[in-house]
Amino acid sequence: MRLLKLVPDDTNIDFLRWRKLASFMSFFLVAVSIALVAVKGLNLGVDFVGGQSVRVEFTQGMPPIDEIREKVGEIGLGEATIQQFGSDKAVSIRTALPDGDKSVAERAGQQLVSGIQKAFPTAKTGSVETVSGKVSGELIRTGAISLGLAILGISIYIWIRFEWQFGVGALGRLFHEVSLTFGLFAVTQMQFDLNSVAALLTIVGYSLNDTIVVYDRIRENLKKYRKMEIVPLLNLSINETLSRTVMTTVAMVLALGMLLIFGPDVIFGFTAAMLFGVFIGGYSSVLMSTPVLVWLKVGPHSFVPRTTAGIEGGERVERKDDGAVV
Amino acid sequence: MLDFPRWKTIGISIILLLGIIFSIPSFLPEKTVNSLPSFLQAKVNLGLDLAGGSHLLLEADIDDLRKTQLANMEKTVRAAMRGESGPDDDIAIGELSTTGGKISFLVRDLAKLDEARERLFSETRGAQLTGQRDWNITVVDSTRIEMTPTGAGQAQAVANAMDTARDIIDKRVNALGTREPTIIREGDDRVVVQVPGLQDPAALKELIGKTARLEFRMVDANADPAEAAAGRVPVGSEIVPYAEGEGNGAAFEVLRRQVMISGEQLIDAKQSYDPQNNQPVVSIRFDSGGSSTFAKVTAQSVGKRFAMVLDGKVLSAPSINEPILGGSAQISGSFSVASANALAISLRSGALPVKMTVVEERTVTPELGADSIRKGAIAGIIATVSVLVLMLVVYGRFGVYACVALVFNVFLILATMAAFNATLTLPGIAGFVLTIGAAVDANVLINERIREELKRGRKVFQAIELGYSEASRAIFDANVTNVIAAALMFWFGSGPIKGFAVVLTIGIVTSVFTAVTVTRMFVAHWLRAKRPTSINI
Repeated sequence: MRLLKLVPDDTNIDFLRWRKLASFMSFFLVAVSIALVAVKGLNLGVDFVGGQSVRVEFTQGMPPIDEIREKVGEIGLGEATIQQFGSDKAVSIRTALPDGDKSVAERAGQQLVSGIQKAFPTAKTGSVETVSGKVSGELIRTGAISLGLAILGISIYIWIRFEWQFGVGALGRLFHEVSLTFGLFAVTQMQFDLNSVAALLTIVGYSLNDTIVVYDRIRENLKKYRKMEIVPLLNLSINETLSRTVMTTVAMVLALGMLLIFGPDVIFGFTAAMLFGVFIGGYSSVLMSTPVLVWLKVGPHSFVPRTTAGIEGGERVERKDDGAVV
Repeated sequence: MLDFPRWKTIGISIILLLGIIFSIPSFLPEKTVNSLPSFLQAKVNLGLDLAGGSHLLLEADIDDLRKTQLANMEKTVRAAMRGESGPDDDIAIGELSTTGGKISFLVRDLAKLDEARERLFSETRGAQLTGQRDWNITVVDSTRIEMTPTGAGQAQAVANAMDTARDIIDKRVNALGTREPTIIREGDDRVVVQVPGLQDPAALKELIGKTARLEFRMVDANADPAEAAAGRVPVGSEIVPYAEGEGNGAAFEVLRRQVMISGEQLIDAKQSYDPQNNQPVVSIRFDSGGSSTFAKVTAQSVGKRFAMVLDGKVLSAPSINEPILGGSAQISGSFSVASANALAISLRSGALPVKMTVVEERTVTPELGADSIRKGAIAGIIATVSVLVLMLVVYGRFGVYACVALVFNVFLILATMAAFNATLTLPGIAGFVLTIGAAVDANVLINERIREELKRGRKVFQAIELGYSEASRAIFDANVTNVIAAALMFWFGSGPIKGFAVVLTIGIVTSVFTAVTVTRMFVAHWLRAKRPTSINI
């Protein structure tokens, strides 16, 4: 049986030729994303702003959104955010918590549910979420802390395992990925909630997986070809890992795509964000995370082993599995 | 590569076998699982977002607790100053106040100031392990005693109250007859209540949100309604509002401050019907001390009215027609059967030591949950199958090994989750997919490396050996970074992020094991049996 090869053997694409263009594009996209978040803002779910959210499923045809909005307005809980929910038969209705003491908030969720049931007798309320302002503040904090610490912890690990330039490169790439994903949430106005933070952290993890595979090969080649110029060496490393990058990306897109199409609509946003992350991850491994190393002047000297500093360049140095030179 | 020790093969096979055995219960219906031997009963818990149910986060009202703490100490002070051996032993005090978070009072006979302090000191206790006592007693202006709760004392009071509150909530939720509720303390002042499969969170909130502080107090017959309406009441009395939508033509009653009998003296409470009008009521029974007090008071007060007060609201204020001697009574108030039942449960389980409010509620109906599971499972299977097919088409025999390892990976994840009694949530399913992606990536790395080494002209055995050893480094680094991310998510994240982190951590460990070690075992055995000179990869 002849096996399928997604990438032809011995590719020799000069990826680094586009490094200026790619860097410019990345900077531009990051700037646009930040601007979008600043201008349009994120569609924050009740996890982060407090309030209540009810998922309503219409079994016999969905009434127009305006009608729903009007009827919900009559319940007297103020302006409601109404959003279609993945499929075409369900909406999420979100209102702010009324002012007043805590027990007011406690009753409001019930009020919303019974109000909806009265207005639309055929509708089913699938889930109710009520989060008080105090708790939502805490959730923002824990979400931001776990995201920030994860990025920091990972960068430190890479700095220790590789060299500082790689740590900086990884940090830059994570910032890039996270900003762009925030940009996606701002553009699509998909609801940003705790699940989205989990998605963001997954993107961080996945994108690091990619970074490390490429960086690992760069490190290996830096030791192997000591006299090679840095740009061709980076090109060689990217080309050598290209078939892996493509294969893994295809597998992930396949898996996430299936989840997106056939999975429950509750995780639609979550999966969409991860899919997006896989795409920018692929782009970043090839075009984004390596130019940093050129600017930061990584070279064979970065890995000159102290005990064998006298060894001539170009010679293959014996290595242990963990990359340490012996 | 050829040398793969027998003990390793046996060890790996045992682990894989255990993985299959312990993941099986998770696929079986509850009934079948219950008939299995107990060591096989552990299965993966489904989160409330999958199974349907309610999650409530309750927060204690610490201000309210502080007030209760002060009020109790005030009573203690009065009792201590009264003396044990009759009026001669009394210490006269005045100007007692409980404002500003402390108790302050004047000792009229200055000669007894020291004795007063002694008596109070014996009422305080050491708090926690700080060496502090729970109250500080200081003398101000040589005439006044001030008692302030210490930080350690307050912390201990909160901790005690929360423990009690947790137990009481536990009793109440269990009285509902729900299946396997989880009630745990979270942080300093919170309790999480999770009830799987619950249909109606409103009833649950009604039940556990009630403090259920029940008091029987006399109505002050001397109060002038007009004066009371203006907020002026006789000394020793206070205005208490009616619970919503009730009342004898007035929105409040003027009640004596003194409590005749309180809920602590109850031994039973249950929902029943009033024989006269067939309305739902709550029948209660007092303990012996309570019965005798109740009998005495009602005998003295025939023709007068008393009030039943729940959590600071009057439920009803009937007239005493005859002395109530049997130690049982009925609480009336416009109840439905359900609300009378909820009140009976709350009274039976005792009053919460502190007011609790629901600060977070998440409810998913079982139908939506079932729908999510079904779609999640279908999508998961389709996703896995398509990845398997891709691996087969691209890597041939090595793809088959990777696929088998991948299926084992799924079993191992489920088995480990069952063993740790971990909960699978919706984000957890996504985490599942992600670790499968990671396992695929590991095999892709290995197989691509083997291709590369073959291309460089290495012999089959050497190429495979190098493929595994060279790829392992990147696999190791990539997975460690993910473990770091997962660990941080678990420690600092909350709710769904935690659920995601659990699956991710377990999945990373099992996927490295299956993708690297297990496939290596297959490959080694195949190589030893066939000793191929060329391979198709």
